[in-house]
Amino acid sequence: MKNYVPEFEKPIVEIERRIAELREYSASKDLSFSREIERLEEKARQLRQEVYSNLTRWQRVQLARHPNRPYTLDYVRLMMSDFTEFHGDRLFADDPAVVAGIGTLGAISVALIGHQKARDTREKIRRNFGMPNPEGYRKALRLMKLAARFSRPVLCLVDTPGAYPGLGAEERGQAEAIARNLLEMARLPVPIVVVIIGDGASGGALGIGVGDRILMLENSWYSVISPEGCAAILYRDSANAHIAAESMKVAPEDLLEMGVIDRILREPEGGAHNDHAATAATLKAALLEEMEKLAAIPSEELVRRRIDKFARMGVWTE
Amino acid sequence: MEWFKRVTPGLEAQTKKELPDGLWIKCDRCGEILYKKELERNRMVCTGCAFHFRMDSMQYIALLADEGSFEEFNENLSSADPLHFKDSKKYTDRLEEAMAKTGLKEAVRTGECTLAGLPVVMAVMDFRFIGGSMGSVVGEKVSRAIDRAVETRRPLIILSASGGARMQEGALSLMQMAKTAAKLALLAEARIPFISILTDPTAGGTTASFSMLGDVIIAEPGAFIGFAGPRVIKQTIGQDLPEGFQRAEFVQEHGFVDMIVDRRQLKEQIERILVWFVGPARKKPRRAAPKKKSAPEAAETVASAPKRGKAAGEKSAKRTGSSAAKPQTRKNSTTKPASEA
Ligand SMILES: [Zn+2]
Repeated sequence: MKNYVPEFEKPIVEIERRIAELREYSASKDLSFSREIERLEEKARQLRQEVYSNLTRWQRVQLARHPNRPYTLDYVRLMMSDFTEFHGDRLFADDPAVVAGIGTLGAISVALIGHQKARDTREKIRRNFGMPNPEGYRKALRLMKLAARFSRPVLCLVDTPGAYPGLGAEERGQAEAIARNLLEMARLPVPIVVVIIGDGASGGALGIGVGDRILMLENSWYSVISPEGCAAILYRDSANAHIAAESMKVAPEDLLEMGVIDRILREPEGGAHNDHAATAATLKAALLEEMEKLAAIPSEELVRRRIDKFARMGVWTE
Repeated sequence: MEWFKRVTPGLEAQTKKELPDGLWIKCDRCGEILYKKELERNRMVCTGCAFHFRMDSMQYIALLADEGSFEEFNENLSSADPLHFKDSKKYTDRLEEAMAKTGLKEAVRTGECTLAGLPVVMAVMDFRFIGGSMGSVVGEKVSRAIDRAVETRRPLIILSASGGARMQEGALSLMQMAKTAAKLALLAEARIPFISILTDPTAGGTTASFSMLGDVIIAEPGAFIGFAGPRVIKQTIGQDLPEGFQRAEFVQEHGFVDMIVDRRQLKEQIERILVWFVGPARKKPRRAAPKKKSAPEAAETVASAPKRGKAAGEKSAKRTGSSAAKPQTRKNSTTKPASEA
């Protein structure tokens, strides 16, 4: 998995491999291949630009799931120096698929909540692949209400393949937990900024996704169901996920046009997985900018606008 | 990657086994052969084993609304296919088929009516229309029904029958969950009661939004109520699901449903609850109210409405149905909804 390369990145990786080889060879033989290397570097650059400026929606989905892509705690580490994580929903358990805590972003005290994925197998299992149980949503809500009581803005980082479809999750009211969050987030009297940083699948994503401003990283996706899920049901085979991704229009540009999100954050060339620090810097700057604007709005007005914002979503004729 | 295959497959159609002559139906559960007319008179509840057959929105309106009192609004809202969606079929074709099959424009009907003389706003979903799925129109109609309840200060009743959010409208469908929940925040602030009725099935994004947010949550016996579909869960956990999993009784046992009510007692139960919230119906139903065309007083707004909230009743009544307030006839009358359009 460490060396996972999506199909469309392979030609670029191949050129990079040749450049590295040439460098090594020229160093060992004391020969100069600088011309050739330069030529290849230029070629790689062009190819990358070409590939990345023409990504299909399905390719974006693959990038959103790239195993080297930064996760919530990566951003936390890169953006905040004093993050303190809280645990448990005070009702049943702690859910490691959701991280929730407090800290300072720039000079602002915030509550931060995010889905958490992991890279190695053991940790992946512990984090349940970023799929929350009801406790995750309830922990998130506990933090949000705390933030509201002390007038601290809330930041939510969305990155989940969906709420966990398990026995216990159903027994403990997965649907109720998500529904409750939707209602409470709609009326939370402090600013909420949401960023979809990777996978934005369904109610599992929306459960921490109601806010004043909804941002999306360039290579992330958001929809009512995963492309695989949609393909399995409507196209009879999850192998048709690429078709489903196109049909459901899951890319940030689509969602901006639909009025579902407010802003797209550009990633460094080659995607967030190529440069965590630069992506985190973009994210941090955007969050600070958004929070500054929202801070000026009185809380009643803020809530009214938030509810209106969601009330406007949808397309129909009459 | 099984965990990606979410939403609600596995909610098979109830196989209503109609026998060839069309007059008899075989109950799936107890095998009894039921005379169709008799079954309909019994609110589609098996006389042998009390199995609740699914009903459509017309039948539920007839069950709950006082005869002739249902005044539908926003019935012309219809889907616009914002994504130009096509799978094996075009979404627009699917919509047309559903309209032809049901005579409805969408998967929910909304209106004002009286229930045992008590004015309410009611939204009734219809599973026959693309599995009762929630897209932009369902979300908008439910939202407007909530707005209407706030404006008129009438209690809100939503009857769910839905496989979840509608895939063919992508993220816009997902946002209807947030939209309806946000509107319910306003309803709660206005202190208007909301009774949520869960029928078979209530699943996915519908359950995870307005359905689970009732001040009172009532379920029909045996109804499927859940978030993920049983097939997906089975794939995820790799074992069979326990008997009765995600059925109304199971969901109540785990604390997410207030009560399970037999359909034949549903109206009376709702009446009792409504009376607790708003007090008894103002006007005693007049037995001899021969040809009263419109009865605005019967459409009186929530009695003793608590403060805030805009000038109560004024916007309410303009009904077409006659004999508006005649609640007592509900017992066995085969009522028909006032507006069919
Ligand atoms: Zn039976």
